[in-house]
Amino acid sequence: MHNGNGENARSGTGSDSVTHKSTVFRGQAVVPGVAAGEALVSAEPLSFWGGYSGQTGEIIDRRHPLSGRNAAGKILVLPFTRGSSTTTAIFLEAVRAGVAPAGIVTDRPDVFLTLASIVADEMYGRPVPIVAIGGDDFRALASARELRIDQNILSVIY
Amino acid sequence: MDNIELTASDQAMLDGQEGPATQMAMRILVRMLPVFGAQRLMDVSAAHIDSSVYMGPATMEYAERLAELGARVRVPSTLNVAGVDEHGWSEWSVPADVADGAIRQMRAYEKMGCIQTWTCAPYQTEHRPTFGQQIAAGESNAICFFNSVIGARTARYPDLLDICAAITGRVPAAGLHLDEGRHGTVRVDLVGVPQRLQEADSFWPVLGILLGKVSGDGVPVVTGIDVQPTDDNQKAVCAGAASSGAVALYHMVGITPEAPDEATAFGGKAPPRVVKVGMDELRAVWREMSAVRPADGGSGVMPAGSTGVITARPAANAAAPGGGLDMVLLGSPHFSIDEFRRLAELVEDRKRHDKVQFLITCSRSVRMLAEYGGFMAPIEAFGAKITVDTCPLTSPMLSEKIGTIMTNSAKYSYYSPGLLGTGVVYGSLEDCVESAVAGSVVRDESLWEAA
Repeated sequence: MHNGNGENARSGTGSDSVTHKSTVFRGQAVVPGVAAGEALVSAEPLSFWGGYSGQTGEIIDRRHPLSGRNAAGKILVLPFTRGSSTTTAIFLEAVRAGVAPAGIVTDRPDVFLTLASIVADEMYGRPVPIVAIGGDDFRALASARELRIDQNILSVIY
Repeated sequence: MDNIELTASDQAMLDGQEGPATQMAMRILVRMLPVFGAQRLMDVSAAHIDSSVYMGPATMEYAERLAELGARVRVPSTLNVAGVDEHGWSEWSVPADVADGAIRQMRAYEKMGCIQTWTCAPYQTEHRPTFGQQIAAGESNAICFFNSVIGARTARYPDLLDICAAITGRVPAAGLHLDEGRHGTVRVDLVGVPQRLQEADSFWPVLGILLGKVSGDGVPVVTGIDVQPTDDNQKAVCAGAASSGAVALYHMVGITPEAPDEATAFGGKAPPRVVKVGMDELRAVWREMSAVRPADGGSGVMPAGSTGVITARPAANAAAPGGGLDMVLLGSPHFSIDEFRRLAELVEDRKRHDKVQFLITCSRSVRMLAEYGGFMAPIEAFGAKITVDTCPLTSPMLSEKIGTIMTNSAKYSYYSPGLLGTGVVYGSLEDCVESAVAGSVVRDESLWEAA
């Protein structure tokens, strides 16, 4: 795992003439896979139990900065999970209901999210890719617009 | 997975020689080893299974898959709460399909040979583990209590993994199972906290929430406690610290079993960080533990609502003295026999206000003990109801008419706004009883007032 090795690049966005800054980070493929989508980023840890609706994908912890946002199909960026050990159960319900995040980025490998993704693979053949990137790189995601996970590579569009 | 060392027995399970359920459980454990930072597995001699909590069809299907594959637990395994009160759910607003799924899930864990304790306070049953015992536990408050108060050893096992540990009798050899994982990471000094506040039961839930906030997922070492907390006090600290933070172990110097002195608690090293906590910090947390109904319309999602119903609840008048109140809710973690005894004294020959429901959640065995002890008669005469096996946070049992609840529980206080979409008022057990009688919030705030 590397830290602070963002490889800055300029890339166009297709039909849009505006150019966006993009960066590539290397992390640890905690659950290997490929996923891409809109970034939903917070520096605050989240408990999925009491914090995430397994039926709708909405973040329902009214104390959390992402309260009211819907994470279904997005790339959810959280430092780690906190609180209840039921986080994994909620995550599994979300996968079954089709309202889980498409992929997850954490600061450090998170036991709860990783287990949920592995069980989603065992039960439904639908693991959610998870990449862990540490420290400075994680903080650099604060203004990310879109994210793409490909195994241990995280591409960021700002 | 190059660095992983499996024993011949682990490998046999992984290869399916012990049947397909054990194989699936071992496969999940082995895939999890790197995330735990472990290279090998180790034995446990008991488990507490939080996977029993019904969160919808997926948790039920997981349990039924394991049971159908022939899973049997290898070590004594107590069960955490279920999704419904098996014999009492129909008296509440539980959708029939949720009850059906939750009871199917209960049957599946029973079929695997688990002990039918159905409680989030398993440490207050005859199955309480012992000092130094290696165990695998789910349920955040129970994990914290096992480690901190008893000195048993468990990591923070997520739901769905605790049962894998019980089926195989194995866990990743890492973290809190090992001596070095149990040393303090932050010293929390209580400064200027009056003894008369520490002697009050309502101090401990507040301390718990505060510990979670300052410790994150670290191991706090608390100094400055001048009284001997009871098991119920410690239970309240665990519930708070594991709600606002991810505290799986704390030490209280001179009180908890692995902290005879500060040096031992920190493994002979200097504290990496020191936080001083006084009345200002405690008072701020105490205030936060009461909250009006969420301002966005209270889109609390019912916990096990497979229907996906978003509930809109009536506005709370105010989470403050004199404010409206719909329910007093006690027993998270589940009420103990001592708590029933205290409550029975407080409510004797009294009657709750017609407009305020009074609900206590506990285990089947504690309900039975409270009946034998003569505590239940005055409590029921007061107008209280008892729910066993579960609680409103894990069972969609409360009517949408409940807009504001009052509680003495850190966990009910912390989770009710998000999970139930209610306002919440935190108070002592005495405050809860007085409020239920008065029909509106009554609180003795003298302990918390600025000096």
